[in-house]
Amino acid sequence: MISIKNVRKIFPSKQGQLKAVDDVNLEINNGEIFGVIGYSGAGKSTLIRMLNGLELPTEGTVTVAGREISKIKGGELRKARQEISMIFQHFNLLWSRTVSENIAFPLEIAGVKGPQRKKRVDELIKLVGLEGRENAYPSQLSGGQKQRVGIARALANNPKVLLCDEATSALDPQTTDSILDLLVDINKRLGLTIVLITHEMHVIRKICHRVAVMESGRVVELGSVLEVFKNPQQPITKRFVQQVTEPEKTKETAENLLERYPHGKVIQLSFLGESTEQPLITNVIRDFNVVVNILQGNISHTQNGSYGTLFIHLDGQQNEIQKAIDYIHSQQVGVEVISNG
Amino acid sequence: MADFLEMVKWEDLLLATQETIYMTFISVLATFILGLLLGLLLFLTGKGNIWENRFVNVIIAAFVNIFRSIPFIILIVLLIPFTKLLVGSMLGANAALPALIIGAAPFYARMVEIALREIDKGVIEASQSMGATHGHIIFKVLIPESLPALISGITVTAISLVGFTAMAGVIGAGGLGHFAYLEGFQRNRPVVTLVATIAILILVFIIQFVGDYFTKKTDKR
Repeated sequence: MISIKNVRKIFPSKQGQLKAVDDVNLEINNGEIFGVIGYSGAGKSTLIRMLNGLELPTEGTVTVAGREISKIKGGELRKARQEISMIFQHFNLLWSRTVSENIAFPLEIAGVKGPQRKKRVDELIKLVGLEGRENAYPSQLSGGQKQRVGIARALANNPKVLLCDEATSALDPQTTDSILDLLVDINKRLGLTIVLITHEMHVIRKICHRVAVMESGRVVELGSVLEVFKNPQQPITKRFVQQVTEPEKTKETAENLLERYPHGKVIQLSFLGESTEQPLITNVIRDFNVVVNILQGNISHTQNGSYGTLFIHLDGQQNEIQKAIDYIHSQQVGVEVISNG
Repeated sequence: MADFLEMVKWEDLLLATQETIYMTFISVLATFILGLLLGLLLFLTGKGNIWENRFVNVIIAAFVNIFRSIPFIILIVLLIPFTKLLVGSMLGANAALPALIIGAAPFYARMVEIALREIDKGVIEASQSMGATHGHIIFKVLIPESLPALISGITVTAISLVGFTAMAGVIGAGGLGHFAYLEGFQRNRPVVTLVATIAILILVFIIQFVGDYFTKKTDKR
């Protein structure tokens, strides 16, 4: 569906040239929810804007739905853009238009006439759950409702691809989740390919199938979300994964406990897929002469399986602890000793 | 008091008021169209906009700045040959129109440009991402989104234009300025001047009221 080949984007700046995107190659499949994560300035925004021609690559080619976006111009580009919609962090609605009129805007651009346009607007309002707010102006809506209008507007011309430019970054966590649920819903229902960029691992974890991690213009890691969560390679990826698996609190709890129990080890267990359902801790307590103290745990559900982490404190004879750790290893559960007591 | 008021020729006042309204109305209309056009050009040829063109931008900006800076009374005199060519005379209400419009349109053009710059760039980008043409962007985004500012701008310009018509009146365009100066000041009838002033004030208040009403009505922010 989307193919990015050897793409470079260089901005001239006063301090010389700024490489915003540096030799990026990506293939995004039809019907996939693909996430790009990176801190601000990593080049992800420039990258997504090249997918609908708002930005042109300095080198390389961008092909979306069979059209080479980096080459076409004028009417052809405008036609292509009707199939590649975009939603934005700050919604970018027309404040002079009501909800219905905002959703009708792309239909006006596409030349859809009166009654047909009205019918399509009504369908879209139902699809995003904004019944009863048709005649409200954007200033009368909450952030989540504004983004729903943005999504309805983006879907108006039955696009093949939906680009989400930090679409949930301006929303509170609860609203973020409801918008993400809506995106998954339309992805399933309409078979739409979704590309989203974000700096929140939570968003990637919740809805993406695959993820690319960007740092200083380069894609440094790429893979299925579950794979990346289980086995992050780059330091930056590890930091992103920690955003959702290892709350700050855990470190403090661990340190606190280490002070109170000068013996033993604090270890982090990572479970993946089916291993999350094993009675691992019970087996450890039953089979080894160790004391197990559960510090903190959570399970994250991603689009392609579950992923869990558990922090435990093991106390007992040094060799018993080692045996217990070896046993856990043999159960295909990731083990990482956080600190020695 | 009644004696004083007898000095005012009411039919003349009515005629003068009509002339002022005529000059103001036509010049506001033309200023709105011309100023909007110039303002749009100024904005669209600016840096980072859809018709970015430094050369055109500099030319229009220079034109706007020059005509905005010339004091109106001097502009009238400077434009006498042009007016004669265009209207055929330099007396009467119509003869005032070229100077009024050329004096006010650049002033309004700047206000239009400022109003357009207030529009969030993201909204223009969103329209582009939907495949909007430049026509769509101008008529469906730029003008509707800046409408309250465009209206309050033309209100301020219209009030300035009332002042300009009074100045033009002294030189021979007629209207309330002419009435106040010739009938009031020159014949030493301060009451006439006062009555003419009140008539102008009423006109200004009406313009302000109507302008405020529509500004508020169109502002959905």
